[in-house]
Amino acid sequence: MMDEPNKQRDGSEVGTTGHVWDGDLQEYNNPLPTWWIWAFYGTVVFAVVYWFLYPAWPIGKTFTRGVETVTYTQANGKQTTVPWSSRAEFVHDMQSGPEAIKQKTWLEKASQASMQQLGTDPQLLDFTMKIGKRLFGDNCAACHGAGGQGVLGHYPNLTDDAWLWGGSLAEIRQTIAQGRHGFMPSFQGSFTATQLTDLAEFVLSLSGTQGGNPEAVQRGARLFRSDQAGCFYCHTAAGTGNRAVGSANLADHVWTIADVSGSPSYAGKLAAVEGVIKQGVQRQMPAWDHRLSQTEIKLLAVYVHALGGGS
Amino acid sequence: MAPEIPIAIYPRSVKGRFRNLKYAILILAYTVFFLLPWMRWERATGPQQAVLFDLPSRHFYFFDLVVFPQNIFWLAILLLIAALLLFFVTGIAGRVWCGYFCFQTLWTDAYLLIERWVQGERPARMRLRAHGWTAERIGKLALTHAMWLALAFWTGFTFAAYWADAPRLLTSFVSGSAPFAAYATVLLLTATTYLFAGVVREQVCTYMCPYARFQSVMFDRDTLIVSYDRNRGEGAGGRHKVTRALKSRDERQAAGHGDCIDCGYCVQVCPTGIDIRDGLQVECIHCALCVDACDGIMRNLGWRTGLIGYTSERALEGGRTRFFKLKTWGYGAALLLAALLLVNSVATRAAFDASVRQTRQPLTVMLSDGSIQNSYAIVVNNTSVHDLELRVGVVGLAGASMSVQPADEIELHPEESLTIYVKLRLTLQAKAPKRIPFDFALVPEEGASAPLKVPSQFYTR
Repeated sequence: MMDEPNKQRDGSEVGTTGHVWDGDLQEYNNPLPTWWIWAFYGTVVFAVVYWFLYPAWPIGKTFTRGVETVTYTQANGKQTTVPWSSRAEFVHDMQSGPEAIKQKTWLEKASQASMQQLGTDPQLLDFTMKIGKRLFGDNCAACHGAGGQGVLGHYPNLTDDAWLWGGSLAEIRQTIAQGRHGFMPSFQGSFTATQLTDLAEFVLSLSGTQGGNPEAVQRGARLFRSDQAGCFYCHTAAGTGNRAVGSANLADHVWTIADVSGSPSYAGKLAAVEGVIKQGVQRQMPAWDHRLSQTEIKLLAVYVHALGGGS
Repeated sequence: MAPEIPIAIYPRSVKGRFRNLKYAILILAYTVFFLLPWMRWERATGPQQAVLFDLPSRHFYFFDLVVFPQNIFWLAILLLIAALLLFFVTGIAGRVWCGYFCFQTLWTDAYLLIERWVQGERPARMRLRAHGWTAERIGKLALTHAMWLALAFWTGFTFAAYWADAPRLLTSFVSGSAPFAAYATVLLLTATTYLFAGVVREQVCTYMCPYARFQSVMFDRDTLIVSYDRNRGEGAGGRHKVTRALKSRDERQAAGHGDCIDCGYCVQVCPTGIDIRDGLQVECIHCALCVDACDGIMRNLGWRTGLIGYTSERALEGGRTRFFKLKTWGYGAALLLAALLLVNSVATRAAFDASVRQTRQPLTVMLSDGSIQNSYAIVVNNTSVHDLELRVGVVGLAGASMSVQPADEIELHPEESLTIYVKLRLTLQAKAPKRIPFDFALVPEEGASAPLKVPSQFYTR
């Protein structure tokens, strides 16, 4: 560092600009370095070139559009060329960027393949799982959760092996394409409190839950299989469910609506089941065939099948 | 006082053993650097280039070794070895890296050769400059710079050729269809090579190189340095030119003068333009060309050589240089350890590697029969040059049943990567712990290579 800021390198005094204010106030003339000035001119030249190439100046309700253009395909299949914008550039990249072309090739392959092949061909499965994860995240995760774990009582868990509407590839595809409507009426007014408890005791006993009152279970079983209650119409006499109507299998360990496994006490489990009988069930999954392409539905079906292992 | 103008350095050529050593290293380094990317190599799969850093597919080929991104720690060890080697060598032999091996030294040396070939020896070059802008000077300068640029370009292109198929890159480069990165790399390296080796030269070492700044901390009294023997050279009465009265050593010693005849040859040959007789300086890259120069003069005079030589501070003070110190042993041991680690790791690398990713949404699933299911995605990389057939198994998780997608037995082509999806089902015993550690065993068919065990865990709730 120089000791005296207004000495030049060779030691001579720095000149002043020649202006004098208030009799003795002067300004030293320390010009910017030449390289700095030229770098500044460089930025000016860059800016002028940029105005011509890209959108730059607002003029009234419009703007200078520049000479750069982007060509992309519109929804109706027509090619269109527009002045450069980052949005058009993005659309162009999504349609004809190298990754987009690669993805198109794979999608083409996947649309030719059967669902069976998608699940067993190593390369196709790799692609299906990656695309499937994206499709699931965009369309299904809002209800079923990011990993398909569902929400107890509201949205089915897709990672277990209990498939209300069937877990084969074709059945899952049907569910996604057409949607499903699950319904169980409320039995609040149909039964006395004792009858409700009896039914709940029997339902719990179906999956081997310990701690029930044998007599209540007996009464519940008779009621379950009677025409008065009619539970067996949907759930079958053995309580194993009917996939044609999407009724739950009550004889397995998976509880999709009543939070049985979450209640530590028998009373809690009983209350959970009783609640479902009282309230009934009203669940709907929308149809996706008008929102997703056939190939996307196919890929999603294979992905969901792989989540829980299907059946 | 006029502003200081940097004095242009016109290093004179010199003959001698250190010069020969420098030529040998220059030829070796240039041969390796310029020929390696053109060397072909037979491989069952992959490119037919001996050394290729394939960035797009993230495979790095060194003859029969294929390095994958997950081997990045090899690079870390390699850099560690390079650093330790530098410390080790510097501690013993001083700035030999600077003097003989540094790219800046090598390329500047080559550029000086071109300069001397076109413009002549030091006096001719100085005369050329003194005569101003004559047609001869302009012509010779143009030829020099053209040749410098040509070497710079070929240096840049050779570097780029390590990252792509060299012959194909050359044709696409000439026809204008090479990737932008290739042009940018070649342009940048051409510019920097030309600038640093041709124009800036020794100023890179003096002002830009960080190593010149911190190498002194590796020095001690036993480190070899190029040094002038002041006692012998100066004598009591200082150095003196050879005159009629001061011709023989006896005459000179009688008059109190030392062996240095002040011929200035050691200064003229110095590529960084210093006078070694002023002692150890940061600019000195220890290339020992002044040693060659002085030894040549001493031999002509029939006197003992070594007035300037590789010596140490301790030796200069009359002691004996101790090469094997605690520091040397320490650096040596660390260097050996790192080298063994690298060699062992490269030699025993598996034919494939795998990593397990456990599905966490949800971590555990209750199945209809009351058993618990955990899901895993295993990414397997075939890092060999052979086809690989694998079977997935589980070790240490008694009673578990397993389903694998896409298939129980998977086949991987060389350098291929695949994700396999595994579901494990376990019927819980009473008092099962929350987490059961186990291993996935990936077993190659027909004992092609050792099975790989990848640790994982099974969550029960």
